Amino acid sequence: MTSFSGGPGFEYRQEHAGVAISRTRDGSRTPGWDEPADLEKDPAEVPDPALVDVPAELRAEIEASMALYPDRHSAALPALAAAQRHHGWCSPRAILEAACVMRVTPGYLTSVATFYDMFELEPAGEHLVYVCTNISCSLRGADELLAEIEAEVGGQRDITVRHFECLGACDIAPMVSVDHIYYGPLGKGDAKRLVKDLREGSEVLADLALALRPTAASEIPEGESK
Amino acid sequence: MTDAILLKDIDEPQLSDIAVYERRGGYKALRTALAMTQDELVAELEASGLRGRGGAGFPAGRKASFLPKGDMDKYLVCNADESEPGTFKDRELMQKSPHMLIEGIVIAAHAGGANHAFIYIRGEYEEQARILDAAIAQARKAGYIGDRILGSELSLSLVLHRGAGAYICGEETGLLDSLEGKRGNPRLKPPFPALQGLYQGPTLINNVETLMTMPHIITMGAKEYAKLGVSGSSGTKVVSVSGHVQRPGNYEIELGIPSREIIFDLAGGPPKGRKVKMWFPGGSSSPVLTADDLDLPYDFDSLAKAGSMLGSGAIIVIDDKTPVLDVALKTAKFYRHESCGKCTPCREGTNWTVRMLERIDTGEATPMDLDIMASVQEHIIGNCLCVLGDAMAMPIGSMIAKFRDEFEAHIQSRQLASVS
Repeated sequence: MTSFSGGPGFEYRQEHAGVAISRTRDGSRTPGWDEPADLEKDPAEVPDPALVDVPAELRAEIEASMALYPDRHSAALPALAAAQRHHGWCSPRAILEAACVMRVTPGYLTSVATFYDMFELEPAGEHLVYVCTNISCSLRGADELLAEIEAEVGGQRDITVRHFECLGACDIAPMVSVDHIYYGPLGKGDAKRLVKDLREGSEVLADLALALRPTAASEIPEGESK
Repeated sequence: MTDAILLKDIDEPQLSDIAVYERRGGYKALRTALAMTQDELVAELEASGLRGRGGAGFPAGRKASFLPKGDMDKYLVCNADESEPGTFKDRELMQKSPHMLIEGIVIAAHAGGANHAFIYIRGEYEEQARILDAAIAQARKAGYIGDRILGSELSLSLVLHRGAGAYICGEETGLLDSLEGKRGNPRLKPPFPALQGLYQGPTLINNVETLMTMPHIITMGAKEYAKLGVSGSSGTKVVSVSGHVQRPGNYEIELGIPSREIIFDLAGGPPKGRKVKMWFPGGSSSPVLTADDLDLPYDFDSLAKAGSMLGSGAIIVIDDKTPVLDVALKTAKFYRHESCGKCTPCREGTNWTVRMLERIDTGEATPMDLDIMASVQEHIIGNCLCVLGDAMAMPIGSMIAKFRDEFEAHIQSRQLASVS
């Protein structure tokens, strides 16, 4: 038996043996799907360079990456990354500027930006902390580490903490990527130290940087390996 | 441990500098390769028996021979997207020896007749991208990349392209779409990339480790290289060992050695007092194996015969204290997150699987759900454009088959807990 009620507070429930089971947790998986489309609106066009003021530095960066490829569309990812660096996140303004330089519609770049995990579609903090919570890291306590870091940050906006899928550093599990530099393995108290270092502006977890590590084979104790 | 080839001297400081690399004999293989004709080089690669190190294990020499002859733009793409959970070999190789990769790329470009090369590196590897960028600039200055390389007929441009965080872009056709500046949706095959790939042109796609092996094949000679390893899986392989082992890391092994040696002798085995419960032999996409399979030889064919695969060569060890449900849920959630959403069986199948596993955890499930879940996995396999769905279906299917008792016990205990 299915009940259906429209309007605000939309609900879609299926009754099974007298128990109502919510089939979709928050109404729908696509936010705004029940809002009518504005059919009067003109489709977005390629932004007019005369009307969009693009910072010279950003323009130069995007144009340089466009020149690298046989097809300028290939520069979509580098252009969005550059716009994100300049604006702190992929804001509508950032996307508009990148689209203006690339001569594509903002809609095209939005479709690309929503596909990839590293583009921030909401305002992000000054520092980005990715915590890998995939299998190898979670076997070594990554979920607890994520909770610890989140608690240390305390919901403040200066540091954006995100859980991430495998970052390709399972040898230093559990690990974090702080502003795209890898650190690990993090032990007890390191979450506190990380947030403190970031807020004080000092070097982050200096002793745990991935770049310092030798290969694992060189660390096998004498006589243990064949 | 056998004589390392790729990881030999890799800890030498400043190896990423071209002068140090050349002093160690770097770029000599390139000169030898450029003196060979294209056909001779392809024949050499085929004779070495080198199989792709990215996951599928396709013979590398034969792949290069698929590119059409003729005067046209041809592309070589180095797949450095390495996102398979548990895999981190390319990261260490690129970070420490970027010139070995560049040398391999130029050799492979000669074999395939390509004139444009791209390295597609995952966006998260920022340090490695910076190191590679510097190395490419050095190689260009030294004349190893550019017009008429070392006086030969070969001209090659090389561009480093950074991704932005999507597992699916490690799939070769998804990677091509992403490199063209689109969402990384896989394409229908055929046509295969060798005929119609990047910008609709013939494209050769190889993994980082495959390319890095090529200079060594030229230096050693294909015959010598083919002597390493076992029949059907020649050479050495860098294996990433992680999870519940005492010394996680990259180890270079000769293919065909017992898996036990890798997990116990090299990586130190699970922590004291714990036992191996199960292990992924080739990244989280490979069907799991149990403690009974530890004596399997670690090579392509033996693992395939045991119902699993060598994949990207990433061993994840899970000890006896970890519930199988936790591992299954992590795996399924990963694939649900990374499914591009193009094909229904994968998009819906990954989602259903996660929800059914969650039902087991909340006590809503019945043992029948295990059969339904197993049948969902069967319906994903082979029904999508790419193998992302299969990559979830195979390990989850194998966990249900091998640890059914544990799943059932879990269902029962949760049901009892929710009643009381």
